[in-house]
Amino acid sequence: MNWQEARRGWNNFKKMKQFIAFVKKEFYHVLRDKRTLLILFGMPVMQILIFGFALTNEVKNAKILIVDHAKDISSQKIITEIAAGKYFKIEKVISDDKQIEPAFKKGVIHVAIVFPANFHQDLMHLNKIQIQIIADASDPNLATTLTNYISAIIQDYQSGLNKTFSVPFQIIPDVRMLYNPQLKGAPNFVPGVMALVLLLVCVLMTAISIVKEKETGTMEILLVSPFKPVLVILAKAVPYLLVSLINLASILLLSVYVLGVPINGSLLLLFAESTLFIITCLTLGIFISIKTNTQQAAMLVSLMGMLLPTVLFSGFMFPIENMPVALQIFSNIVPSKWYYIIVKSIMIKGVGFSVIWKETLILAAIMVFLFFLSLKSFKIRMQ
Amino acid sequence: MQEIVIKTDKLTKRFGDFTAVSEITFDVYKGEIFGFLGANGAGKTTAMRMLIGLSKPTSGSATVAGFDVYKQTENIKKNIGYMSQKFSLYEDLTVLENIIFYGGIYGLGNAQIKTKSDELIAGLGLQNEARKLVASLPLGWKQKLSFSVALLHEPKIVFLDEPTGGVDPVTRRQFWDLIYAASDNGITIFVTTHYMDEAEYCNRISIMVDGKIEALDSPENLKKQFNTGSMDDVFYELARGAKRVE
Amino acid sequence: MKTIKFLLRKEFKQIFRNRTILIMIMVMPVIQLLILPLAANYDVKDINLSVVDHDRSSFSQKLISKITASGYFRLQGYNAFFKDAFRLIESDKADLILEIPQGFERNLVRENAQKIFIAVNAINGTKAGLGAAYLMQIIGNFNSDIRLEWPLGNGNNSIPKIEITSSNWFNPFLNYNIFMVPGILAILVTMVGGFLTALNIVKEKEVGTIEQINVTPIKKQYFILGKLIPFWILGNIVFSIGLLISWLIYHIVPVGNIFVLYGFIWLFLLAVLGFGLLVSTYSDTQQQAMLIMFFFMMIFILMGGLFTPIDSMPGWAKVIARFNPLSYMIDVMRMVILKGSGWKDIFPQLWKIALFAVVLNTWAILNYRKTA
Repeated sequence: MNWQEARRGWNNFKKMKQFIAFVKKEFYHVLRDKRTLLILFGMPVMQILIFGFALTNEVKNAKILIVDHAKDISSQKIITEIAAGKYFKIEKVISDDKQIEPAFKKGVIHVAIVFPANFHQDLMHLNKIQIQIIADASDPNLATTLTNYISAIIQDYQSGLNKTFSVPFQIIPDVRMLYNPQLKGAPNFVPGVMALVLLLVCVLMTAISIVKEKETGTMEILLVSPFKPVLVILAKAVPYLLVSLINLASILLLSVYVLGVPINGSLLLLFAESTLFIITCLTLGIFISIKTNTQQAAMLVSLMGMLLPTVLFSGFMFPIENMPVALQIFSNIVPSKWYYIIVKSIMIKGVGFSVIWKETLILAAIMVFLFFLSLKSFKIRMQ
Repeated sequence: MQEIVIKTDKLTKRFGDFTAVSEITFDVYKGEIFGFLGANGAGKTTAMRMLIGLSKPTSGSATVAGFDVYKQTENIKKNIGYMSQKFSLYEDLTVLENIIFYGGIYGLGNAQIKTKSDELIAGLGLQNEARKLVASLPLGWKQKLSFSVALLHEPKIVFLDEPTGGVDPVTRRQFWDLIYAASDNGITIFVTTHYMDEAEYCNRISIMVDGKIEALDSPENLKKQFNTGSMDDVFYELARGAKRVE
Repeated sequence: MKTIKFLLRKEFKQIFRNRTILIMIMVMPVIQLLILPLAANYDVKDINLSVVDHDRSSFSQKLISKITASGYFRLQGYNAFFKDAFRLIESDKADLILEIPQGFERNLVRENAQKIFIAVNAINGTKAGLGAAYLMQIIGNFNSDIRLEWPLGNGNNSIPKIEITSSNWFNPFLNYNIFMVPGILAILVTMVGGFLTALNIVKEKEVGTIEQINVTPIKKQYFILGKLIPFWILGNIVFSIGLLISWLIYHIVPVGNIFVLYGFIWLFLLAVLGFGLLVSTYSDTQQQAMLIMFFFMMIFILMGGLFTPIDSMPGWAKVIARFNPLSYMIDVMRMVILKGSGWKDIFPQLWKIALFAVVLNTWAILNYRKTA
């Protein structure tokens, strides 16, 4: 090795040391702000707890209004069935139809069931009778679900009656739920929470942290230092990379040990893909910080430009296939959509790279595109 | 005997174990320019904040414009003006709008505000800048404007916290001209600074070191006392034993 | 009292010169109200089905046609082997597999019963549950049709049958927008009011102008009032823009009295602004304020009862939901707009929100000390 190479090696080494010193300073900034740190680490925990235990589309303890004109054996039997299950809680039993609408308006009950007079008699002798279910459809899905549940209870009662008369030609469906036999909500949203949290930390925090220096003027001082400006910005991003990896680990731990959702695929692949996503988000945060001048503006752009689309278009809260075509096409440029698919596949389905290489490629392409965009904008700014 | 406008007796401020200001005792007379000097971290700002009602003392007593700093802070505020280190004008409001705002806050009537703002703008020569955002003014103008706004309501005492940071000597000199003019009008000026040459402009100065007042006299007497030719050297003599450096 | 006038003048000038805020109050409502309802659609339809038909009889064909005719399902694959169909599930091209065994028709007649096999991708539990339910419903109907056609077996008329008629009140077309839009508007108003207030005060802290104000004889209450009023007005503006958009684009017209709605909003805004105020007293930098606000916003939004019902939450979560002012707002929005509820009906929510407003604002004022 001649002395030119040696000198170059030494210069690179010095730069490395300077860079590390810089990164250390950035770490101090982040670590000293205990309140922020608390929230950065607490947010994924909070979200997992809420999604895992509080949010469910299952219906439980729905308040039902019973309008019983019959008051006979059959209506009593059905009412008992309704009360016995965990789905409903009987709020009131009335016999006056005029009280139904005011009860709905009070907002306490969501559904009412009406038994006609002479229910039992007509059932046995006329062989046909009508029960009316009235649902408050201001929440359409809830209304449909509640109606379905009550219908199921009534049909149960019906097949109980059927047993005394044998029914021929029964087609019996044998249903197997794949990947998530207990129909838990967790496998669906844990990948979503991952995308959300990583995005929040990497985009919002990075953008704001860089813009803050711009706003207070300290950025200029940094730029005058013998550092390449690019390194200044990279140094700012590094602590958030670490925070994100820690958050990732904590989410996975919570998911496995608290929610009981195992990681079926390769942990290494998961972390590798996540790092790709994190870097994409950091690049995005940097890009936003280049384009905005105040913290308020950076926040606005991050929240509206990134967080909202992530929640909407990643697919974990709302199914993408239901959206109008234009929005579906738009969802393709949202990086978290691809990340969500990748994580779901690895974590829940346990598949390998061969299945998700396409999504990975797309994510990588987005990252590279953002990277060059940022670089160009940055150079323009410097002029 | 001259009227005393600020009186402190063993005024102290502690933060936990740390004593920022330790038993300072001094008087300030009406109309004088009182310089409150000290190195960074000596406790100047903390002391001043107690006098203007932003911070409650831990022990000791003080009155400002005759009002007690523990119980009568609202009255103190009505009678003093303040210019902070950060200048504290609203950058996104115009010169005129800032004047009108602060005038109104201090209870001046509309007519009064009009007269005073005309005077102020004319006095500073800001006629062309009156409707421009403060953010567009150069630093020196902002400082002079801040000072003038602090005087809008004709307070008895004006507190200035490091008012001349970051400007050239000529601009600083112009600023002190404004201070002289105010002092001639009977307004007491309480100014903290770490520019030793500005110390020469004051009637009397006190020098704080490590939370205590180590010197309190006129600049000439201090120079004689320490047998030095400049305030710089006086300060150096006192401060070099200081333990608290920022 | 006059000082408030000066405070307000200053605040409004600053607000209108701040491009970011203007965008927030004008553009954000529009975008959120236009795009969110389009995206937030929980209807389950277009379920991708793959059929593995070992029977290949006219019988199984009939079943498959009936399924595709229902409109809920899209036939994505017709495979000979289960493992091919399974690959479709792995690559997310299919959501369900229906496997019809060999000799389906024959065995149904001979043994009076026959199993049919369904495999569902249950990662999305709701979708899986509903998808399976729809499929089984169609199969059940197919089953009843067979029994009517085939003369064997006793007639059906001696079996007692309960017929269920269901009606949907207040939203007969099950229009999801009518449900989401008022809720989204509530979220919007909360976010704008809370964020803007918190950030505004913290910015003054960061820049130093708050110290200047602290030295003036302005009383605490007046200063805070001077901050609350402009954002209260802004909140009302955002709300009104939102109502306008709901009317113009979604044809949502409040069934109830609009004064009831505004009355509640006025109180609600006080509570939300009070919360923003409170957060600002606990933050030193805009970054902190933003993050703390965001943290609580997430909790409020997720547990507000808009996306999942509060009744279904476990006990501890219900307690949290009861402390969530947004949940009351969402309730009232729906009750008044969709059902026409009146003052008496919303009274429970009204006094609770009033309590919130009083507690939050008092706490904030106590916290905001001019003297440290």
